[in-house]
Amino acid sequence: MSTNSQAWGSRVGLILAMAGNAVGLGNFLRFPVQAVQNGGGAFIIPYLICFLLMGIPLLYIEWSTGRFGGKFGNHSTPYILDSMVKGRVLKYIGVFGIFTNVAVAAYYCYIESWTMSYVYHSLAGTFEGMSQSGIAQFFNNYVDISQSSTGIPYEAVVFYILCLLLNTFILSKGLKGIEKVAKIGMPLLILFGVILAVRGLTLGTSGASELFPDANAWDGLNFLWTPQYESILDLKVWMAAAGQIFFTLSVGMGTIQCYAAYMNSKDDIALNAVSAGFMNEFVEVVLGSLIVIPIAAGYLGLDWVLENAGFGMAFQTMPYLFQQWGPVLAAFAGLFWFGLLFFAGITSSLAMGTPWMGFMKDEFNWGQNKGAWSFGLLILVMGLPTVLFFQEGVFDEYDYWAGTVSLVVFAMLETILFSWIFGMKKGWAEITSGADIKVPIIYKFIIKFITPPMLIIIFLGSLFKPLNNDWSGNVSSLFAGNGWTLDNGSIVKTVMHAGIKDKILATTDPVLIQQLQDQMMYLNFARFLLLALFIFISSLVYFAFLKRRREGRATL
Amino acid sequence: MNTEAIITMVLTQGIVIGFTAYFFYKVLTIKPKSEPDSFSDNNEVEERQ
Repeated sequence: MSTNSQAWGSRVGLILAMAGNAVGLGNFLRFPVQAVQNGGGAFIIPYLICFLLMGIPLLYIEWSTGRFGGKFGNHSTPYILDSMVKGRVLKYIGVFGIFTNVAVAAYYCYIESWTMSYVYHSLAGTFEGMSQSGIAQFFNNYVDISQSSTGIPYEAVVFYILCLLLNTFILSKGLKGIEKVAKIGMPLLILFGVILAVRGLTLGTSGASELFPDANAWDGLNFLWTPQYESILDLKVWMAAAGQIFFTLSVGMGTIQCYAAYMNSKDDIALNAVSAGFMNEFVEVVLGSLIVIPIAAGYLGLDWVLENAGFGMAFQTMPYLFQQWGPVLAAFAGLFWFGLLFFAGITSSLAMGTPWMGFMKDEFNWGQNKGAWSFGLLILVMGLPTVLFFQEGVFDEYDYWAGTVSLVVFAMLETILFSWIFGMKKGWAEITSGADIKVPIIYKFIIKFITPPMLIIIFLGSLFKPLNNDWSGNVSSLFAGNGWTLDNGSIVKTVMHAGIKDKILATTDPVLIQQLQDQMMYLNFARFLLLALFIFISSLVYFAFLKRRREGRATL
Repeated sequence: MNTEAIITMVLTQGIVIGFTAYFFYKVLTIKPKSEPDSFSDNNEVEERQ
């Protein structure tokens, strides 16, 4: 019996909202960069295998647990998990499903506000006549909040607050508002993506210049798609592929469960889950691979791309490349590119608001408006430090702990809970109940025996990441009895600020030492905020439990 | 582009486009289930499975 007070308008709307949740900036920026760094065309083989063995199972797990929890009137992971498995502590695992969304939305809205701002600057012609370094510097100036490119004081903060207000306003309209944005945003995103992808495919050598005479878009595509078979045997490539699948599908966040909780128990999730999943793959593998890398290689050459491939290309490079098309086309290209990124961002950030709103509605009977505006306030409090102290590393620290580690931990725990504790008999019945397609029976085996170990390996791999990400070398070293050397990027070493401490030891410059010590202080401040948020949400779950016990609704 | 890259790209993108199109075709053509279902826009539609 469903106790949903809200409902999705249509099946297509639900799938587009789910796909919009998954499609993010990473589809256009992280995927091609990961492919370039991990063997080009060979990367796609482990990538697709990981999609089948980990991505689809996780989608099935999250869709089915969400719909299952919705039957009992639960729309956020703490009490969705509680309805699956009786145990006082287990609901606190579900805290990750609210915590991650609030913490990620806090800094994600900042990226989203950059895209809004860059749409404005593209149309206003701000980038006209700027050199490549000038545009890169423009970004650095933008995130330095004391500077302004429009004359508006604290421009970055103003755009951030505008973006947050827009998100909050749409959230206050409930699922209908989110669905409407997805129905407009996703088709536009695909349209903009196709236009830019066609340009990437047809650019060829026409972008070569005196400065970059060898620039050729085909070189970028060749590098991206020519299989380097030897890299398939490298564990690093497999870890990168599994990581990319994991992050691109937005699993381990708690948003999919929340969206699915508003479904009726007899409706399909099997076809819906793969439809949304494959739509994300279409945007990533088809559109994502045909924009940034070929266009950048077409103007700056493959060598430049290999040296500079990274997230920053979106804001620091692409506006310069668009300028080569003349002022009018550059304005349109800027609108398409940053508009595309904006829609990719907002459909994801809206999803991040729903677990909090669902939880407060279920447990404390908060309405849509109160839920949405309290979410906005929470994001403002958590997000302003990422805006104000962006250059001090607060933004990256949030991204690491909330946007990376927390996802892996939650996905691993929920998968173990689903397949080993809730049990595959009940789990499989949930997945196939009301299914409009026949789910291959092999997935019963995969979800129980393949996906959980894969997630455990990814978690342990992040915890004990080997020096220089050299997996094959370190495994050989371990078996030869020479031990396992941790990389400074491993969770274990990151907790201890090992990388910064190494830099302090390596320098005698007192100014640099002071800067590094200040950086550690800011990072600790970010961690304190994240920890406080986690404790705050855990407390709410505890108060909700006390309230449920008083009302005779507690499960234990 | 070299032949190997073209084959890999066309094959991979073809598979992804094929599955995406197939699943969406199924979503759009399968008749909705009887009321009450998860979706509010079709509450007035009479023809059902």
